[in-house]
Amino acid sequence: MAVESVRVTADVIEANEFPGLSDRYQVSGVPKIVINDKVELLGAQPEKRFLAAVIEATQERVDQ
Amino acid sequence: MAIISDGNADQVRTFFAEHVQEPVTVELFTQKRSLLTIPGQQECEYCEETESLLNEVVALSPNLSLAVHDLRADPHAGEADGITAEMVPSFVLHGQDRGKIRFLGIPAGYEFSTLIQDIASVSTGTTSLTPATRDALAQLPGDVHIRVFVTPT
Repeated sequence: MAVESVRVTADVIEANEFPGLSDRYQVSGVPKIVINDKVELLGAQPEKRFLAAVIEATQERVDQ
Repeated sequence: MAIISDGNADQVRTFFAEHVQEPVTVELFTQKRSLLTIPGQQECEYCEETESLLNEVVALSPNLSLAVHDLRADPHAGEADGITAEMVPSFVLHGQDRGKIRFLGIPAGYEFSTLIQDIASVSTGTTSLTPATRDALAQLPGDVHIRVFVTPT
């Protein structure tokens, strides 16, 4: 997604090496996906579900 | 001793030859080992290993290069990529990508194949996403920061 859109920054975070970040985002299982600090997904996601979550996160941010 | 086995190196070299035609720069943000041992100051556990691994990866294609920044010497080197001094080791892929792809921590285990795939996508500027997804991404109304937490196994 970050390859496709100038709007997207994608981080792959090794949870064990960054316990501070893992605590902050309450990572109890992997893969855990957090979008704009708001929408969370646990486990690998089908493309449609992932995209829906990305759009949801963007809209929430715009509505603020 | 090499981190990547000869067999894996051959596979990745072949994959890169086909899929990495345009240049990709891997920008590594690391922390060089201090000459002094200072109580309470933590050394970066995986910085050296990450640098070695990335050196081996970029050696597998003439279109790849590695730029190394020591955040101990220059804490602001990562500012353009949003990388702060405590985010070590981390690296960013620069090629034909429109957004930004960052890795925090060593890309070991399953994440190694993620890295290899991502390098190819960044080189070509294309992905295997469906046209509908690409259209939707092109029209995003705001910025998106996706964090994917993983473990090496």
